[in-house]
Amino acid sequence: MTDLTAMPAVVDSQSRSLFKRGERTRRRHAAEKRFRMIGLAAVIFGILALFGLLGSILNNGASSFRQTYITLDIHLDPAKLDKTGDRDPEALRKLTTFSYQPLIKMALDALVEGKGVSVEGLTSKDLEGMISKEAPAELRRFVLAHPSRIGETVTFAFLADGRIDGYYKGRVTMATAELDRNVTPEQLRLADKLKDAGVLATRFNWSFLTAPDASDTRPEAAGLGVAILGSAYMMLIVLVLSLPIGVAASIYLEEFAPRNRLTDVIEVNIANLAAVPSIVFGILGLAVFINYAGLPQSAPIVGGLVLTLMTLPTIIIATRAALKAVPPSIREAALGVGASKMQAIFHHVLPLAAPGILTGTIIGLAQALGETAPLLLIGMVAFVREFPAAPPGGFFDPASALPVQVYNWTQRGDPAFIERASGAIIVLLVFLIIMNLGAIFLRRRFERRW
Amino acid sequence: MNMLTDAAVEEKLQSASKPGVSKMVGKDVTVHYGEKQALFGVNLEVPEKQVMALIGPSGCGKSTFLRCLNRMNDTIDICRVGGSIMLDGEDIYDPRIDVVELRARVGMVFQKPNPFPKSIYENIAYGPRIHGLASKKSEFDEVVETSLQKAGLFNEVKDRLHEPGTGLSGGQQQRLCIARAIAVSPEVILMDEPCSALDPIATAKVEELIDELRENYTIVIVTHSMQQAARVSQRTAMFHLGNLVEEGPTDKMFTNPDDKRTQDYITGRFG
Repeated sequence: MTDLTAMPAVVDSQSRSLFKRGERTRRRHAAEKRFRMIGLAAVIFGILALFGLLGSILNNGASSFRQTYITLDIHLDPAKLDKTGDRDPEALRKLTTFSYQPLIKMALDALVEGKGVSVEGLTSKDLEGMISKEAPAELRRFVLAHPSRIGETVTFAFLADGRIDGYYKGRVTMATAELDRNVTPEQLRLADKLKDAGVLATRFNWSFLTAPDASDTRPEAAGLGVAILGSAYMMLIVLVLSLPIGVAASIYLEEFAPRNRLTDVIEVNIANLAAVPSIVFGILGLAVFINYAGLPQSAPIVGGLVLTLMTLPTIIIATRAALKAVPPSIREAALGVGASKMQAIFHHVLPLAAPGILTGTIIGLAQALGETAPLLLIGMVAFVREFPAAPPGGFFDPASALPVQVYNWTQRGDPAFIERASGAIIVLLVFLIIMNLGAIFLRRRFERRW
Repeated sequence: MNMLTDAAVEEKLQSASKPGVSKMVGKDVTVHYGEKQALFGVNLEVPEKQVMALIGPSGCGKSTFLRCLNRMNDTIDICRVGGSIMLDGEDIYDPRIDVVELRARVGMVFQKPNPFPKSIYENIAYGPRIHGLASKKSEFDEVVETSLQKAGLFNEVKDRLHEPGTGLSGGQQQRLCIARAIAVSPEVILMDEPCSALDPIATAKVEELIDELRENYTIVIVTHSMQQAARVSQRTAMFHLGNLVEEGPTDKMFTNPDDKRTQDYITGRFG
């Protein structure tokens, strides 16, 4: 309306000049400028939010890739470990971690004495508390694996206790240690002395990626090994199931199915399935795969099946879009030289649609990789320390998954787990970025023009 | 103004059965796209080893009829074809007919050049490969070379046979498509406005090629260019509103048509 009223009734060519801006033109420019500013502001806001988020995760989580270790020379005393002296594996296995604790205590005592570090105000229990509770278990695993080395003195780098580690990451200070039952300022002072002596050091922590989860009391030992393996198994199942099923369904619907009410209903339902909340798929998986089919809980096979159901609509929609984007002239050309419908599709249409199909598949997989809710319902939230076996048997072993591990760690009391959770998010994001880069690469590599 | 009378149809069909005269015969061909009828009982014979031009204003059904001749209309779900079309006396709409065999014998060149996004060599070799016409590398090489030569393209592309066919100019692409159609040794080649996307020089080359191909192939060409119809065809069929208005030798059609609508269309008074 304003445009109409602003239009001059009679245009006087004498008074017109290209250098003079009319009222209408000025308003149009102003509107355009306004719109551009709003758009720019939206983009800047988005970028700031993204950087804020990534920044906080990196800030919290990057430190989980570094860990504080204390180097100890342990004398594997035969008198304590193997009284009979015959290195019988059965007898060795009967020794619990409690029997190894004294060895660590002795080594610690020898260490502070040898280095001449004063341990004033520290009980021997405090001294032991500096080492992770994971250490005796680690020692036991070593002895069971190498019984022949009993009697020798072996150098170990044990994880320092989570609080000591937190001290070097800024999470624990002298002030908080005063109030903390788990650590005393004296312990921290001793840690500083040990660091000066070169016994205590912080370095890259591979076990964060390879070790299994650990209990509430030993956050320093918690790792993502089982979760990464579980997620990898599930992605494998999702890929193997959803790609062929999704592509076959899309090709049938797009190229062969008659257009009638039934296919319309199917089409609408596929679009709807893509919008179904993921937790619904979890309930479905629980009811069908676990309760009805009797598959084990917490197993990657069930997770993979549930995520396959979730990923299928995404893949079907992407594949159908990719098939639709292939110009009909290519189909006609193939049919025109006497190719059958299937030949036309498999020789010409599908190769041209492949980049789109692969991109859709990878995006679907990335979505499945980050999915948490349905996995909680099928029991993948369980505390799993045992690595699943190699596939295919391992598909039925209990395992965890990366996003569930994040969820799991954020539920724990010890603040050291916040660092772990953020670290796990970084690992998850790195996998997602790699997958998306893969999608971009495939699209660039196989994109053809016609 | 006289449409073909029943007697005339009978007479035509009699002559059609003579071997070597009519390659394809359409009898009472009707086409429906859903509710809409596009062809109303067309009777038309395609003479062997001649070029027949189908002319008429847009939407008159000439392309529809052309696509009936190798059943390309089958790809459209809502399309129904009635009547009969014979190729050498066999009904191509008989349910026992394999459409793949039919299309190997009745090839097609489309309005827009549509080479496969593959190499020039692959474009030509594809048809012979799926029909099993060649098996050894040397046989494929030969098919590719002779097809390109027949299409008058060989000298232009012989050094870049393995470069993508989509990299050629529009006119070259269209001749590549003709070569691709020739490669499966068809008997009839259908061309749907093959020059509408080409410039005059490329058009002249394609027309020249059509004239040469007449020696070995039966050609049906749909065109909007009266001059092109006059230049390349021996017989012309005029369509209007889904009906065949008249059909006859091109010379006669352009100099002394029986039907006033033909005269009006040719002289540019409508259409």
